[in-house]
Amino acid sequence: MNATPLFAQLINLFAAVILLLSFSMLAQRRVIQLINLFALQGFTLFLSTLVVAVNTGQSHLYWSAGLTLALKAMLLPWILHRLVRQLQVKSEVEPLVNIPTTMLIGIVLVMISFNVALPISQLSSAIARGTLGIALAVVMLAFLMMITRRKAITQVVGFLSMENGLFLAATSATYGMPMVVELGIALDVLVGVIILGVFFFQIRDQFDSLDIHHMERLKDN
Amino acid sequence: MISIAALIGQVFAIVLALALAPLLTGWVNQWRAWLQNRSAPPLLQPYYTLHKLFHKDVVLAHGASPLFRFAPFIMFGCMLLACGIIPSLSTDLPFAPAADALALVGVFGLARLFISLAAMDIGTSFGTLGARREMLVGFLAEPALLIIIFTVAMIANSTSLATIVETLAYREFAIYPSLAFAGIAFTFVSFAENARVPVDNPATHLELTMIHEAMILEYSGRHLALIEWAASLKLYAYSCLGIALFFPWGIGERDNFLALVAAIPLLLLKLGIGGMLLAIIETINAKVRIFRVPEFLGTAFLLAVLGLLVRLLLEVRA
Repeated sequence: MNATPLFAQLINLFAAVILLLSFSMLAQRRVIQLINLFALQGFTLFLSTLVVAVNTGQSHLYWSAGLTLALKAMLLPWILHRLVRQLQVKSEVEPLVNIPTTMLIGIVLVMISFNVALPISQLSSAIARGTLGIALAVVMLAFLMMITRRKAITQVVGFLSMENGLFLAATSATYGMPMVVELGIALDVLVGVIILGVFFFQIRDQFDSLDIHHMERLKDN
Repeated sequence: MISIAALIGQVFAIVLALALAPLLTGWVNQWRAWLQNRSAPPLLQPYYTLHKLFHKDVVLAHGASPLFRFAPFIMFGCMLLACGIIPSLSTDLPFAPAADALALVGVFGLARLFISLAAMDIGTSFGTLGARREMLVGFLAEPALLIIIFTVAMIANSTSLATIVETLAYREFAIYPSLAFAGIAFTFVSFAENARVPVDNPATHLELTMIHEAMILEYSGRHLALIEWAASLKLYAYSCLGIALFFPWGIGERDNFLALVAAIPLLLLKLGIGGMLLAIIETINAKVRIFRVPEFLGTAFLLAVLGLLVRLLLEVRA
């Protein structure tokens, strides 16, 4: 363990912070705070990508770090904030399962992902391969958030946080995806959020609420 | 053999704890007052209070059993023992083999048990209510504290506090993400254990919210003084434990008398900063409902477990 270089320790630290932020997003009761936490997660992801970029010297990683900062730490949170303001969403998050139970399920998910990731990460030669388990856990926690939340907007935050987890896995375990793929995903996410924003307005106009449970009773007639 | 220097260091650490604990409480109270735009009580107010209480006569309730009279002494003794075995100035403590980090949790538990029993002994409804709430808080805080200690003990490969501090303070520099998790969880637990704001308010006698104050309502005179002093000592012990586990730099090594002297200003500085942070956190948070306390401490427990998992995944196998 003493041989672990400083930069791998830094990546591990940032990965742990991202996991911590995922948990605080699960525990968060207010929508605005949730978006701020998401922005913070994006910023931590930017830092960890930057550390990988500096240490491997791959120029495209600088680009993806910059993209992460611009998109996930600034633009997307700003769009979400604007949506919350315009839609006048109630500030309370309404979970389907109460928060302590969600956290307990979260811990179980973390254990599962750590165990699942272990044999995979041993195949990787990257120095910070331990973070693969964390990245998987972040993805699972984001899934959990999407499943247990009632409001459309929190589900979108969950979706974006899942993308964060995938990105973390890509940068730390394999030193980044090809530039084209990264650009593609980043644009996808951006466009996705914008389209979902339009959807929110449609949903609200139709049901006077953002509760997606109304959509279970949709019928053609 | 126990060296004379070690013995002096041990006695000095205990005397310093006795002397400094009320000062720390006063310092925190002062900061709280400043932050809330009140004029602050004098820094030495806790000493005046103790002095006043020690000179007053004891009033005992009619139904009080001997347990009621012994409990303050037991609580005070437990806290003194805790301050004796937590390395605050030097790791060379002859008392340290008496109890490791796990036994330390037990010592805190013993104090809690006796003060709760004494609160129920009198038979007032407030006492019973306070004791029940204290037990609820304790039963949720203890496992979290134990897991935090397991995490740190795994890094040092020992549950002895002196060994833990030696490993952490004199290692080569390394970042432990698990320690960050454990540190946050420890902050949560110490707020709950010391009856600070998100869980309990030390400055209130509002019947619906009080926990610690409800248990000691019937105490007076020197018994109350001992309890107040013990509460200060508990805050001091938790602060020292936090410093020892997470910011151990500057705690003196074995057989180094000079380091012991140098450790004093550093300890004062760390305690000063810690007290300030405590007051700030207390001021910016609202007290939670009693039924939210399990959630608060559940979060602490989960963070501690996460720290343990991260330790297993990232740091052991990497």
